[in-house]
Amino acid sequence: MNPVYAGVDVGSSRTKVALLDEKKGLLGYAVRKSGVDFSATALEGLKESLEMAGRTQADIARAVSTGYGRANVAFAADTKTEIGCHARGCFYYFPEAITIIDIGGQDNKIIKLDGQGRRTGFKMNRKCAAGTGAFLEEMASRLDLAIEELDALARQSADMVRLGSFCTVFSATEVLENIRNGKKIEDIVKGVFFSVINRILEMDSLSEKVVMTGGVVANNPYIVAMTEEQIGRKILVGRHPQLTGAIGAALYALEDPRGAGKESRRG
Amino acid sequence: MAEKEVRLRRLKTASDIARFMADYYYELDEATKSRKRKIAWCTSVGPAEILKSMGFLTYFPETHSALIGTRKLAADFIPSANAIGYSPEVCSYLTSDIGAYVLGETPLAKAFPGIERIPGADVFVYNTNQCRDVQDWFSWYSEKFGAPLLGVETHRNVGKVTPAHVASIASQLENMIEPLERIAGQKFDIDELRNVVELSRQCSVLWEKCLATAAAVPAPLTFFDATTLMGPAVVGRGQQEVLGLYERLLEELSERIERGEGATGERERFRIYWEGMPVWGRLSMHAKLFSGLGAVVIASTYCSSWIFNALDPAAPFESMAKAYLELFIVRSEEYKERYIREKLAFFKCDGIVYHDAKTCPNNSNCRYGMVQRIESKTSIPALVINGDLNDMRLISDEQTRTNVEAFVEQLEEQ
Repeated sequence: MNPVYAGVDVGSSRTKVALLDEKKGLLGYAVRKSGVDFSATALEGLKESLEMAGRTQADIARAVSTGYGRANVAFAADTKTEIGCHARGCFYYFPEAITIIDIGGQDNKIIKLDGQGRRTGFKMNRKCAAGTGAFLEEMASRLDLAIEELDALARQSADMVRLGSFCTVFSATEVLENIRNGKKIEDIVKGVFFSVINRILEMDSLSEKVVMTGGVVANNPYIVAMTEEQIGRKILVGRHPQLTGAIGAALYALEDPRGAGKESRRG
Repeated sequence: MAEKEVRLRRLKTASDIARFMADYYYELDEATKSRKRKIAWCTSVGPAEILKSMGFLTYFPETHSALIGTRKLAADFIPSANAIGYSPEVCSYLTSDIGAYVLGETPLAKAFPGIERIPGADVFVYNTNQCRDVQDWFSWYSEKFGAPLLGVETHRNVGKVTPAHVASIASQLENMIEPLERIAGQKFDIDELRNVVELSRQCSVLWEKCLATAAAVPAPLTFFDATTLMGPAVVGRGQQEVLGLYERLLEELSERIERGEGATGERERFRIYWEGMPVWGRLSMHAKLFSGLGAVVIASTYCSSWIFNALDPAAPFESMAKAYLELFIVRSEEYKERYIREKLAFFKCDGIVYHDAKTCPNNSNCRYGMVQRIESKTSIPALVINGDLNDMRLISDEQTRTNVEAFVEQLEEQ
């Protein structure tokens, strides 16, 4: 049986597993709530993805973990940061100079790659959750909506509400104020999306080609359309935006491009 | 995966320096209790030479705050300062120190058995070259202790240091003499000042040489080591005994260079420059985090803040004024950019980390486009980490870890 390469992205909200074959084909995957036992969730995700692939754990040649819980994955041979894995995963699908926007559960990232896939810089949001998936969850809760309902509602908006605050708590207050003033729910939801986009676009400049990844994009594709409108050009999105980090980790497992041996160029 | 065990190498001279610092605090405590010596509180780059020449023992509250920081006590103390009107947004050195006083606490009590309180004060002397906060800080204590407050109001955003700049600071220094004579109960002696300025100059020369050893590959010294080794250069400059300490340190660092021995037990794959304040409550954690990745933080602007090349005993007031004006922290953006670029080249750095300290805007040099300007001109990758000097509630360790690991991955890809 040909070997399988596993990538596990233990995020603050969801744990994603991707299995690749030697030719980098996606054999199986899983997305689960990370919960409180990262180690167990990673293992369950692995089993689920192995089932999809029709393979067993014995077929795994190498596993690499990433994300906030990357150190908790016992079966991983190595860890890489989520920044490295998103870069690797995106460049595989879009092998050119790109700027990656990843909207995660707890943090946002902007990563810049050159034409060879090398990182030329990256930014993460500050400790604040504004503009992240956690922000959307909080707003959905305030609006008494399921998170899955947001995308369809935002698309119905004809008169978007503008939220002015950076802060999640202050934004929640603004949402309540808009409800009190009789604003339509769909207009408030679109305003919430717009707020997420603004928080991201102020983090860094963008190069010509932009790729968006992450669970928020996977579940709310309208955010991509709104961002396109905001920046005035098309945005690239892969087939599995939520799996990008896990696929990147699996690519690291397959290609094992560890930095060992790399030295200072100046020293 | 298990966390990697990281080996750090302690310098032998570090023990001598720790002993010097202990003696320094015990001497202040003795003077506080006996009232046999006058004590002047002084900001870290205040006119310590004048005060010492007039017989004052000098106490630097910034070092006390750094001790609060390293002992991770700031979050216990800051709320008490907030409650009496000092915003959580202002310098956490100030808020943690004043908060500690309000609560009747000091980390000196645990660090140095027998010491129960911070030193007393006969006079408070500040120089706003660090920031305006030091003036507010000393004003509060001045009122509390009923002791006079003197100060130097510095110039900021200084490009070229002109004779006019120097004259204005020198005259402010000279104007302190008369009130200080009254407080000290002794006459000012210009020859004694010349002597102290000369000792201070020699201390500066030696400290600069110690820091410069980090240009060797591998570097024998890290920024994290230097933040504690610099203690005597801050509190003891102008004193003879400090020179011996730094002569021994220089010798030990030179021996490391001869042996080709780096500052840590880890291989030096990448050489990093640190810009901004240390995160006092995370010194050891950050030292291990970087070293464990083979990225050694070898130099900083911060530790060079006690290098005063201009000091000259032939013109004590003017040269002190010039030395304090030539400091990085009061200079223009153009000067700062040039300075950092020179340091990156001198220390052969592969990357630069900027610490954006929430409560220290004056020493966070990444807020006005500096990061992008230097990166575009040098092609040396840069990372900004968000944190604070003392208030650890403003730190996300996981974010820092991910940022630093990703930065080292980026360096590997260069």
